[in-house]
Amino acid sequence: MSMELIVASAIGILTAAGLYLVMRFRTFPVIVGTSLLTYAVNVFLFASGRLVVNRPPILTGADTYTDPLPQALVLTAIVISFGMTAVAVMIALGAYLGVGDDRVNADERLRDEPDAGREDRA
Amino acid sequence: MSLILIVLAPFLGALLPAVMANAGRRTCALTTLTVSAVALVGLVSRVPEVLAGDMPVAQVEWMPELGLNFTLMLDGLGLFFAALILGIGCLVIIYARYYLSRDDNMGEFFTYLLLFQGAMLGIVLSDNILVLLVFWELTSLSSFLLIGYWKHLPDGRQGARMALTVTGMGGLAMIGGMLILGRIAGSYDLSVILENREAIQASPLYLPALLLILLGCFTKSAQFPFHFWLPHAMAAPTPVSAYLHSATMVKAGIFLMARLWPVLSGTEVWFYLVAGTGLVTMVIGAVVALFKDDLKALLAFSTVSQLGLITFLLGTGSAYAAVAAVFHILNHAIFKCALFMTAGIVDHEAGTRDIRRLGGLWRLMPVTFAIALISGLSLAGVPLFNGFPSKEMMLEEATHVTFFGPEWLVPALATVGALFSAAYSFRLIGHAFLGAKRDDYPAKPHDPGIGMWGPPALLCVLVLVIGILPWLAQPAVFFVAQSVLGTTADIPEGLYLKLWPGITEALMMSAISLAGGLVVLLLFRPAAWLWTAAHVPHAKSIFDGIVAGAVALSRGLTQPLHDGAFTRYAMIFAVAVAALSGHAWLTGEVGPPTREPLPMNEVAVAGWLMLVTATAAIVVFHRNRLFALILMGIVGLMVSIGFALFSAPDLAMTQISVEVVTIILLLLALNFLPDETPRESSGLRRLRDGTVAVVGGLMAAGLSYHLLLRDFVEPSISAYQLENSYKGGGGTNVVNVILVDFRGFDTFGEIIVLGIAAVVIYALTEALLSGPVRAKLLNRRPEKDLAGDMHPLMMVVLTRVIMPLVLMVGVYIFLRGHNMPGGGFIAGLIVAIGLVMQYMASGYYWAADRQRYPFHGIIGAGVLVAGITGIGAWFAGYPFLTSSYGYITIPPLEEFEWASAMGFDLGVFLAVVGAVMLSLESFARMARRRDQKDSEHAMDIDPSRKETT
Repeated sequence: MSMELIVASAIGILTAAGLYLVMRFRTFPVIVGTSLLTYAVNVFLFASGRLVVNRPPILTGADTYTDPLPQALVLTAIVISFGMTAVAVMIALGAYLGVGDDRVNADERLRDEPDAGREDRA
Repeated sequence: MSLILIVLAPFLGALLPAVMANAGRRTCALTTLTVSAVALVGLVSRVPEVLAGDMPVAQVEWMPELGLNFTLMLDGLGLFFAALILGIGCLVIIYARYYLSRDDNMGEFFTYLLLFQGAMLGIVLSDNILVLLVFWELTSLSSFLLIGYWKHLPDGRQGARMALTVTGMGGLAMIGGMLILGRIAGSYDLSVILENREAIQASPLYLPALLLILLGCFTKSAQFPFHFWLPHAMAAPTPVSAYLHSATMVKAGIFLMARLWPVLSGTEVWFYLVAGTGLVTMVIGAVVALFKDDLKALLAFSTVSQLGLITFLLGTGSAYAAVAAVFHILNHAIFKCALFMTAGIVDHEAGTRDIRRLGGLWRLMPVTFAIALISGLSLAGVPLFNGFPSKEMMLEEATHVTFFGPEWLVPALATVGALFSAAYSFRLIGHAFLGAKRDDYPAKPHDPGIGMWGPPALLCVLVLVIGILPWLAQPAVFFVAQSVLGTTADIPEGLYLKLWPGITEALMMSAISLAGGLVVLLLFRPAAWLWTAAHVPHAKSIFDGIVAGAVALSRGLTQPLHDGAFTRYAMIFAVAVAALSGHAWLTGEVGPPTREPLPMNEVAVAGWLMLVTATAAIVVFHRNRLFALILMGIVGLMVSIGFALFSAPDLAMTQISVEVVTIILLLLALNFLPDETPRESSGLRRLRDGTVAVVGGLMAAGLSYHLLLRDFVEPSISAYQLENSYKGGGGTNVVNVILVDFRGFDTFGEIIVLGIAAVVIYALTEALLSGPVRAKLLNRRPEKDLAGDMHPLMMVVLTRVIMPLVLMVGVYIFLRGHNMPGGGFIAGLIVAIGLVMQYMASGYYWAADRQRYPFHGIIGAGVLVAGITGIGAWFAGYPFLTSSYGYITIPPLEEFEWASAMGFDLGVFLAVVGAVMLSLESFARMARRRDQKDSEHAMDIDPSRKETT
């Protein structure tokens, strides 16, 4: 076992769990699943700078540092993912409060008649 | 005035009427008129140069690599059209001021009108065909807005859509044609293209280019079979019809045919296609126009017919016909605009434009009648009016053109077209104005004020002047015609524009058509009966059928694919990505590992174990939502420890603070959602989903593992950033310097996105709380027992004590950010957490009362501060967001470093605080319930408080 294996397997497990939950029928597990996928993606992007221990990108006169660029990209991605989660949660909540259930899939009836309930737009 | 300013004037001026809309109708119209007049004066100021044979050019480089430059030029043809656009534009603006009613939003109308005017000017002055295309599309869009101006009328909306569909499709074809043309000529500049006639006509691509360009021209200029949109565009207010369908929009196609005449004309395809289409359109339009009862519909089909006439002239390819075409463009613009305005006056004053309900208006509206008579006789082609000489030239040209053998065919068709033109013009005058006075008009017809009859009357003066003294227009017409011909031909020797051509074949045809027109009008009743009995197919129903077919086709495609089943999309997406990756894996090559594996340590293994356990537990226990959230917190914590372990202290701090706010957010949401997820999927389904998930996970893990054991193929740009972080950015924390300096523009975009997300959440909350959901929320009974002590003393005291500490940590993290782990993002999150704790301890309403600045404002301030810092670099002569730094000593303290990036980071800080707080606050606002009082006090049970009962 190496550090690389640890990180790679963690990415894999987070992805698998995220995918499974995203394919559930209710909004809450889907949101949790997306969050897990976000972890996986962020860690993957971060790891694309390769794993380095004890070499933070703070200039101190050392010979080598870890790659700072993926860190900067992931930092904003983490903050943005909060915004994204919040919007998704809000939409899910609005749908739940408005319709009264928190299913992610459209009603069978709506699926067959796409224009049902919609005004005829002349 | 610079050409660029002339074209930009209407665009810039378009803002004014909208702003002036509240300053009164007169001011609004005057402002608009001033804008057009300024452009017109600017145009006139360049006339001497054009007449002297110069060609004023103005150029701004746009994308020179693509051959796309904003180049404008002013030659005879451009000047002619620009003068028509602006001159008639001014008259239409005056007319519209009196035509529009008080219910119409005048500012909106004039804004659209000016946008359209600017787009038209752009078309006629462009030297670069790509720029021309941009303006071409802009006319389609702005005319859509104008035609559909009366949004409450279904006819207006349908007409606008139809016009946009037809002209937009034509525009699409034309883009292709123009690109081919530019490719053949090797340049997108008109001045170059116009000199490459031989090369273009010899090219095998000439035919496709010609067909595509003509498709664009024919749709725009309403040539058969694309003519049907024009009559439906009549649902627009009459000033729009007068403007678009006399001098501008529909003339754009004609303009382009004239513009490209030197390079495209003269071939057999051009001749048959353009002249043929023009002739057919002329005849069909004229016949249909006769049987229209709506004044504007009659004029619309007459416009179609007259445009056909001009197209025919351009198609024959002779220099004589080109002169006639230019002359008729001028004449038609004048009399048709006057006629449309007359129709508008009749509609306005008599309450209807239905010819069957009119008649006898000549006594009631003598001035309007005079205008209608003069312009109508001109349309009919009666001598002494300006329609006559140019129509005469058309008939003359027709006698020299033969189609497919028989010599009589073209002259006969041209005569039939002229005959019906005369007939519908006579009908317009005879059936609407002459005859006995009636007593059943919907309104009391009377002449309007001078504001409405003045503009058409002015045009009528021109009709008579050019009609009686055509030689007055000769220099201008010849000058413009020469610029159409370019270097390919000259104006024929001995050609004069004259009133009396002598006894020629053309004059005989003219006489036949006028006499025949009168006869047809006398036989109108039986003819109309025949017309109705013939059941001519309605173009609109054909168009609607095609549209319905297209809609059905796309629905048939999208419905099965996009049926609202999110779960299925997710599945298809996952499987597709997995399949693609599998394909890449099986067909690609993987080199040997190049990096030494890092030995693991206990911390890593322990963290890994916790992460794996927590993740697995989430999957197993995800139905218990609260538990799943707690487990998610563990995962987030482990991820942040992982960041710390692998040399990313900034990420670790960001992750852990985002984790806190995310969990709070989800907890708030869970307050309204069911606690449990019901078990709905069958075992088989779970097995299938699990298989997909495991395959996806294995692939992600495999990819990561292989990636991590290999070095970069190419060195990354990080070396540059590490090297220049201190020298150029003045900071030793490279991640922060990247965020606020190297990639500051990205960060600027990201804080804006974050702000938008927060505002979206706020807006959704507002929408929810103002709808029926509000009552549901207020009357909600929680499913579970709640704590009696909602705002406990211990928590309140603790959060108050912690607050200054949190703020100080925030400031510290912020200030050190440039050199040590920290920065605006992290500091913002920390401060937000400190604030959220106050909300949690004492309740939303107590805390919100003490919140001095609204969180939207803080987001806005953040974006503004970041933007202003970036703009500051301009004053030092550097590009946006260039940062600078230096040192200052504040006695008695030590030396400080300052960097302009700090200002930017402050903006990031404020935006993050605002966005996080606004999102969380929005959720908290929904929690209010009717059976619960808003807490006045910081805590529910306070020993120091004396209850007043």
